[in-house]
Amino acid sequence: MSLKKPAKNQPDNFEFNSSSLEVAKNIIAKYPSGKQQSAVMALLYIAQKQNDNWIPLAAMKYIAKFLEMPYIKVYEVATFYSMYNLSPVGKYFVQVCTTTPCMIRGANKLVEACKEKISENERELSNDKSCSWMEVECLGACVNAPMMQINDDYFEDLDKEKTLEILDKILNGEKPMPGSYRGRVNNEPENNRKTLMDLKNA
Amino acid sequence: MLKDKDRIFQNLYNDLGPDLDSSQKRGDWVNTKEIINRGRDWIINEIKESQLRGRGGAGFPTGLKWSFAPKDVGSRPHYLVINGDESEPGTCKDRDILRFEPHKLVEGCLIASYAIQAHVCYIYIRGEYFVDGQKLQAAIDEAYKKKLLGKNAAGTGWDLDIYIHYGAGAYICGEETALLESIEGKKGQPRLKPPFPALIGLYGCPTIINNVETIAVVPTILRRGGKWFASLGREKNTGTKIFCISGNVNNPCNVEEEMNIPLKELIEVHAGGVIGGWDNLQAVIPGGSSMPLIPKDKCETLTMDFDTLAAEKSGLGTAGVVVINKDQDIIKCMARIARFYKHESCGQCTPCREGSGWMWRMLERMAKGEASKDEIEMLSDVTKQIEGHTICAFGEGSSWPVQGLLRHFKDEIKKRNKFDPIVKENKNIPYLVDQHLLDKNA
Repeated sequence: MSLKKPAKNQPDNFEFNSSSLEVAKNIIAKYPSGKQQSAVMALLYIAQKQNDNWIPLAAMKYIAKFLEMPYIKVYEVATFYSMYNLSPVGKYFVQVCTTTPCMIRGANKLVEACKEKISENERELSNDKSCSWMEVECLGACVNAPMMQINDDYFEDLDKEKTLEILDKILNGEKPMPGSYRGRVNNEPENNRKTLMDLKNA
Repeated sequence: MLKDKDRIFQNLYNDLGPDLDSSQKRGDWVNTKEIINRGRDWIINEIKESQLRGRGGAGFPTGLKWSFAPKDVGSRPHYLVINGDESEPGTCKDRDILRFEPHKLVEGCLIASYAIQAHVCYIYIRGEYFVDGQKLQAAIDEAYKKKLLGKNAAGTGWDLDIYIHYGAGAYICGEETALLESIEGKKGQPRLKPPFPALIGLYGCPTIINNVETIAVVPTILRRGGKWFASLGREKNTGTKIFCISGNVNNPCNVEEEMNIPLKELIEVHAGGVIGGWDNLQAVIPGGSSMPLIPKDKCETLTMDFDTLAAEKSGLGTAGVVVINKDQDIIKCMARIARFYKHESCGQCTPCREGSGWMWRMLERMAKGEASKDEIEMLSDVTKQIEGHTICAFGEGSSWPVQGLLRHFKDEIKKRNKFDPIVKENKNIPYLVDQHLLDKNA
């Protein structure tokens, strides 16, 4: 359960644009009729994507009407799950994993890099308001530790230098390449593979 | 070492490509119709005979779980739900199945759905794996196009629709009833059991919930026979398992190995050894963060399976092996895990909501050497009061790693936290209970 507060400056209105609307309708169709409430998580995510990575209260009200459910139920869901941002986080949202498997491989160096490049504190926008960073719990790429996530993409096998490079890129508005920064394409033991050798050499 | 031909996940390292054509070359979808035509009872019996245990952490026998589904479909439809909310620190096996072996999972879903008579299957994937989820979605679309899913899936006469439901960053949704709540569009807070989901689950209908890896191995077991699977590993701990070896090793990796493999072989052979050599090993967390750690002296001979590790008062869990060497501060490592649990507690039961924070704060102070002697016993007491007093197993998951630390590294904590709570001199520690005694003397 994460502690989050909705932003102070809220837009008055929110509506799905036509492409979001289409995706939303497809998602509702996945669930049995009458159970459209199931789509609330996906719809919040769509709203977040449409609204520069954060969900205003107006969007929650809109979704509540859209799914014919009480507003408070949408609010509950939006505040319970940690991936919903209730205040602006910028175009690039950097999440650094610092749970034990990443920590013991030097995740604090990544945090240092974020502090140097983006902002002194977590959840604080950079000077140009284009990005922010925060420490998060395990992102499930422990074999590629230390790692971070920027929007939907994973950046793996990092160290401080490479993190600085990536952050420089996003601050310049470029899109860095996701994936491993030691050139791994999978989770095999690097240079030490002992299994499925026939397939590797095939 | 397991022979390559006995490995189920031939494409674990994506040498062959995850698409349908290459999957069919490896044997997926080849005789699905034949398997299903052999009937429900045969499938469930074969899985029972293979002694497959759930790969999600608890190790519940899969065949037995399937047999809990009602024999006849009444007014309520049955559902199959796949748990891909892999969030246990140290575990990243399901991600590789989603991105490199999606067709094993999709085919497994069809067979399992038939066995429990479900026409709809939801795959719950953690929100952070959005990109990997898209790869699974591509595989599902491919299967629909080739008529392997949908009406009369793969010519078996069984209708099945598979939908992906993304989570949004909550560890607790890996708990099966919290996962169901989440699919229903609510906060992910676990339900009281009974009733068990097999009778009253998703939307109040009978629901079977299995881990991604469990379902992905099912087609291969049925193709090669339950006896073959049972011949690997040892009794009641059969088959193969994907181990994720992370932490202070030279080559962190995922590798599929036989159950009951020695831990030392896993680390030395596959993961390239501990950084700084075997003697530099301090402790190993054998099964993801919720399992108690094992100190070095026991790691020499330890084998990795459910029952051996349970006998060591730990567990195989999800087989996420986190190796911690002597360069790390073990108390700090555990304090970080406690912080993880404090962050992820759903807040429903008081012992867990409050206790997980207490444990974290006490451990942080112990790491800095600011705790008093008697707090060690107090911490142990807190863990005992959380364990078994909560709705779901999160209480155990959060207190076991702390108990493991206290069991094996008590001396280390004592060495660092020496001071006596009965204050004899002014130390200016603000949270000291006896501070007032000092002030009087001053």
